Amino acid sequence: MPDLEQTAAQNNAGGSAAGRFVTRFTPAQRYMHGVLFSTFLGLAATGLPMRFSQSFWARKFAAAVGGFGAIIFFHKVCAVVLTVAFLIHVKDVFQRGIVNREKGIFWGPNSMVANWKDVTDLVGHLRWFLGLGKRPQFGRYAYWEKFDYWAVFWGMLIIGFSGYAMWFAPFFARFLPGWALNAVLVVHSEEGLLAILFIFSIHFVNTHLRPDTFPMDMVIFTGVESEEEFKEKRPGEYQSLVKQGKLESRLGAAPATWWINFARVIGFTAIFIGLTLLVLTLSAYFRE
Amino acid sequence: MKSIFSIPLIVIAGAILMAAGPLRAQSKADCLTCHADAGLQDASGHSVSVDEHKFGSSTHGSLDCVNCHATIKSYPHPDKITPVACDTCHTDEAKGLAGSVHSNANDHPCTSCHGNAHEIFPKSDPRSAVYPLNVPRTCSACHADNGMAKKHGLASVYPSYIDSIHGFALSKEGLLVAANCQSCHGSHHILSRKDPQSQTYKANVPETCGKCHAGITENYLGGVHGKAVAAGNMKAPVCSDCHTAHAILQPTEAAFRTQSTPICGSCHTDKFSTYRDTFHSQLGSLGGYVETARCWDCHGAHDVLPASDPRSPINEANLITTCGKCHAGANASFVKYQPHANARNRKLNPALFFIRLFMNLLLASVLTFFVIHTVLWLIRSRVDQVKRKAAEGGNHA
Repeated sequence: MPDLEQTAAQNNAGGSAAGRFVTRFTPAQRYMHGVLFSTFLGLAATGLPMRFSQSFWARKFAAAVGGFGAIIFFHKVCAVVLTVAFLIHVKDVFQRGIVNREKGIFWGPNSMVANWKDVTDLVGHLRWFLGLGKRPQFGRYAYWEKFDYWAVFWGMLIIGFSGYAMWFAPFFARFLPGWALNAVLVVHSEEGLLAILFIFSIHFVNTHLRPDTFPMDMVIFTGVESEEEFKEKRPGEYQSLVKQGKLESRLGAAPATWWINFARVIGFTAIFIGLTLLVLTLSAYFRE
Repeated sequence: MKSIFSIPLIVIAGAILMAAGPLRAQSKADCLTCHADAGLQDASGHSVSVDEHKFGSSTHGSLDCVNCHATIKSYPHPDKITPVACDTCHTDEAKGLAGSVHSNANDHPCTSCHGNAHEIFPKSDPRSAVYPLNVPRTCSACHADNGMAKKHGLASVYPSYIDSIHGFALSKEGLLVAANCQSCHGSHHILSRKDPQSQTYKANVPETCGKCHAGITENYLGGVHGKAVAAGNMKAPVCSDCHTAHAILQPTEAAFRTQSTPICGSCHTDKFSTYRDTFHSQLGSLGGYVETARCWDCHGAHDVLPASDPRSPINEANLITTCGKCHAGANASFVKYQPHANARNRKLNPALFFIRLFMNLLLASVLTFFVIHTVLWLIRSRVDQVKRKAAEGGNHA
């Protein structure tokens, strides 16, 4: 997105060719990810005990934090914060794509919208897995990243709507049929379960825990990635930047050590909580 | 009681009596010559002393020793004397006791409940072991954690009782009307709850509880459970099935609210399992928030009626009021919510069934695809990494 170049220009500290860093996320995007994962962890940690209220850990957890009242309160707080973040994001996309008519928001190599390249990338990637071809040249956002984005987007709509329908059931009953009040719990809990299982297994492994990035891809915390790494992981985007002569404008400062350490602590904590919840969820799910 | 004899006189009188031999019956004073000694013991070391004052004020205080110890005719009397036969006077009590669970007089002499034979007071006297406020402690001598009950395969009920609403009213508030052991079990003619004559036999429980809880019992008898029991259906619950027998809690208390649903669920298994699927149950199981709807919040507690009955809180006409107790603003559409919907049952809840099916398929397909995708990716990345490292290592070597 164009704003990356502006950010990079401001931060540009130059540096030698060996130690150059390329900006991949704006501070706003990094904050958004921070809000997203912390509220998501909060929602998962408080939602799971409700979903699996008969399991031993649900009761223990509830007793430890002050019972159901405390759990639902925290769940609602996280939900409201996440809703606000979601609305800010939607407003931002609307502002840039519709009002400012910025190019590349809804279409093109930098857009989140899926295109034909994603289909060929997926097929190519699968062929590479099986040793049948070369690794595809991934661009700004790879197809699995777009899936992550849309899964969260759809998930927030579905889980958010069903959640608010339960929270304000008598109000929603004014225009929803009675059976819908039964359906919202089923939808909320199943979609929530899908989100939890997906994020804590697929997203964690795809983005952080696979050998290429193990143990954690720090780019979402620092916003920058070494030029070498960038070239390796985003060959498509790298080549187009070089071709257009825009690489210089995307260079950013090397992240401070304290910030990397701080982000590591936060990131590992999040991954640890997530994996713990995943184990508890799977154990409760298969015991049901 | 003041003795009219001074001590030297007693000694002289005693000497005369001894000399006189078995010519006349002993008076109380004669016995007390020896038995007033607080340290007096028999051959086996048991105290045989009598507190003259306490005995005098006791319910038997006007009697002479020999009225009860009838086999003693003379002094000196044998070391081993025949046990006192209380039934000589207390014939009705003895009759009741004869057929009861405590009929074995060796295991359960009268004194085991009434206390020291020489210090028996009427049950209205606070000094009595069977004064209402003292009854539970008296029974606890055997029916607590002290091994007696266990020896006979009986539950230790005293701890449950004393922490119950009845026990609390009795021990903390000193309420004479609070139910104590004998209010429900009777006193002399206590029968096993398996005996149809017993006050605690299942079919008789409503009547027993109804001695105090008359209004509730009337409600209960008008409801489906009461009618079923009256018709001889012993699977239907009586008071003690829901409230338990001894550990009865205040029903508005959190502990009772949390334990009540599984009790109903032990018979209504299908309704319990669908209730478990709902938010009401999920919320309620976690504790700390006990207001969530339990069975009887919607169905009523004692006068449970079928939904078809216009008086039932779950009759269609009453739903807005019933749901509205918690959900302010409940309207006609809101009360169409099914608190026992079964998403697994296609015939009963088709919409819910297919929504759940769709969500499950979505979950399964997304996860299946991505798990395969991720596993293949992991293998491939690792293979590449190992190859690359081997190549690098080779260069350096």
